[in-house]
Amino acid sequence: MATATATEPRRARSASSSGTADNKKLWWSIANLIVLLYALIPVLWILSLSFKTADTVTDGNFIPRAWTLENYAQVFAIDLFTSALINSIGIAIISTVLAVVIGTMAAYAIARLDFPGKKVLVGISLLIAMFPQISLVSPLFNIERAVGLFDTWPGLILPYITFALPLSIYTLSAFFREIPWELEKAAQMDGATPLQAFRSVIVPLAAPGVFTTAILVFIFCWNDFLFAVSLTSTTRSQTATVAISQFTGASQFAEPTGSIAAAAVLLTIPIIIFVLFFQRRIVAGLTSGAVKG
Amino acid sequence: MADIVLDNVVKRYPDGTLGADHVNIEIADGEFIILVGPSGCGKSTTLNMIAGLEDISDGELRIAGERVNEKAPKDRDIAMVFQSYALYPHMTVRENMAFPLKLAKMDKAEIDKKVNDAAQILDLTQHLDRKPANMSGGQRQRVAMGRAIVRSPKAFLMDEPLSNLDAKLRVQMRTMVSKLQQRLETTTVYVTHDQTEAMTLGDRIVVMRGGVVQQIGSPQKLYDRPNNLFVAGFIGSPAMNFLPATLEDGVFRTSLGDLTLSDELRRNLEASDAPRELIVGIRPEHFEDAALVEEHQRPKGSVFTAEVDVLESMGSDKFAYFTVQGEQAMSDDLADLAADAGTADVPGGDAGTLTTRLSAASTATEGRSTEVWVDTSKIQVFDPNSGKNLTTREAAPVTA
Ligand SMILES: Nc1ncnc2c1ncn2[C@@H]1O[C@H](COP(=O)(O)OP(=O)(O)OP(=O)(O)O)[C@@H](O)[C@H]1O
Ligand SMILES: [Mg+2]
Repeated sequence: MATATATEPRRARSASSSGTADNKKLWWSIANLIVLLYALIPVLWILSLSFKTADTVTDGNFIPRAWTLENYAQVFAIDLFTSALINSIGIAIISTVLAVVIGTMAAYAIARLDFPGKKVLVGISLLIAMFPQISLVSPLFNIERAVGLFDTWPGLILPYITFALPLSIYTLSAFFREIPWELEKAAQMDGATPLQAFRSVIVPLAAPGVFTTAILVFIFCWNDFLFAVSLTSTTRSQTATVAISQFTGASQFAEPTGSIAAAAVLLTIPIIIFVLFFQRRIVAGLTSGAVKG
Repeated sequence: MADIVLDNVVKRYPDGTLGADHVNIEIADGEFIILVGPSGCGKSTTLNMIAGLEDISDGELRIAGERVNEKAPKDRDIAMVFQSYALYPHMTVRENMAFPLKLAKMDKAEIDKKVNDAAQILDLTQHLDRKPANMSGGQRQRVAMGRAIVRSPKAFLMDEPLSNLDAKLRVQMRTMVSKLQQRLETTTVYVTHDQTEAMTLGDRIVVMRGGVVQQIGSPQKLYDRPNNLFVAGFIGSPAMNFLPATLEDGVFRTSLGDLTLSDELRRNLEASDAPRELIVGIRPEHFEDAALVEEHQRPKGSVFTAEVDVLESMGSDKFAYFTVQGEQAMSDDLADLAADAGTADVPGGDAGTLTTRLSAASTATEGRSTEVWVDTSKIQVFDPNSGKNLTTREAAPVTA
């Protein structure tokens, strides 16, 4: 009898506690849904625009009444766009690789070594990130014309690296600080040369940070419009964002809405591929479990 | 397997700190040696120099008779177990343990066999395919051990390997380490903070203080014949009691009353030109309830009467704590010990507390006066200035 009464309230309590857990889940789901909708509706809207025919493009329907691939065909019919896409991909990848490689070395030094002027270095790199880019456009324009970098790939890659470096140094040094560096010693005790220790222990642990940084830097370069529009002038180095801005309609007065939407959709595809490709390597909490716990 | 010799090894850090100051230790093949001492005394520094993770500023380190000062850690063929375990989080247990063998370019079948054998010994067989993140502290600890033993190195180095485990697990693991070492007969250098680990695991103990080796010897030797006040206070739990004493008329005048000295002790003190002001050290177990001391034993010691402050009955025996009137023993060594123990006073607990261990049959009661007998033949006598043990005539060498 006594035990029966004792278990009753306990059961009731556990039922109510699982009830609150369900409630919590529900609220989280709703909150997530709102955020998702907020972020995705503009994207879906552009997707929808890109499939609409020229006469229905302004009808305000979310789901196109008449589907067409005309817009996409048009985008590729423009020579400018294809070459711009190649420029975009090339410039973004080269900038990303360089910014991440240099950033990795700088972040390693910041995370691991004690050298005079470390704080100043970090401060300056932060300063660069805060600097309004627009104020650099005309000086850069003049300089690049003078030294012959205007309208070339390096002419864009250089400023991209400058502005991507603070970002990459920051994210990378935050990641590097989390790596249990004692593992390097452990590997050496296990018979590894410093290089082997770095390759088989430190690199796998640093990789998620490097990939995350690479994604951020790539997106930054890929989406840039300001530098691209000011420091390029021909198909030699014009990037896709600039190309889109120069689309013209079928006639001088027609708005090229459909083809801009199609080009925008096309532009997001490389980013999605890039993120999906690297995300598989970013396993959160990879470094946990190395130490006591 | 090999012997390890530290010959006047010095470690000077770039900022001028002396991590190790002319350390001389000879570790025999297969020996289990323990480094103990308060925090910051240079235990890890010494261990890391043997490992090769820390450069040697001066002196020579020889492993199996060969100078290895300039050799990289990987060429010394020594395995190390870190306090933090330092497991590779992106590898499974099997991969963790196989890592040193892979680096040694062993063939796959042999690696598998060795890893399985080690896993068997350490009871890790069913965990081989798990990642360290999903394991308990004790299991991770065993993986760290496994990674050390798979490749049969010349020596094991362990830096407080059990200090992250809870008390119960630590006892189990201590037994395991001891069995493992006996079975493998590999030279082992083990750093610890823990009294019990130091006393039970090692063949010999090295007590360090401020980078300087204080004494090397078997646990019993260090307990019975400490070189100085520091070692006397550091080894033993509960710690030795220290009292200021004046040598007068052939007896020690102390706050406990007059303590007689044995003839031998008197001769030694006279011969060594000892000062009149001394510090006497008495271990808790050298006290006894006077009522329980047999008649023929009594003359070997002295009797004093005091009020019992606190009485703790442990079943097998009783700990009685007394307050000692008068001044306390003062010396640099004791101040150092107190700083390490976290008490600002003499070891043994609070200010002026005398810790005694009496037989379970004792009728001592808290708050009542009790007659306590001291075995004065077991007294240790120290010079308050140098801290040196004056009990035996020969100043005992640092190495036993
Ligand atoms: N890289 C370093 N630079 C300067 N001084 C150091 C360095 N590493 C250690 N020391 C100093 O050397 C002394 C010995 O340090 P060590 O780490 O060997 O102590 P320990 O005995 O292992 O202490 P613990 O029990 O706390 O681990 C300490 O005074 C410490 O401050
Ligand atoms: Mg240490």
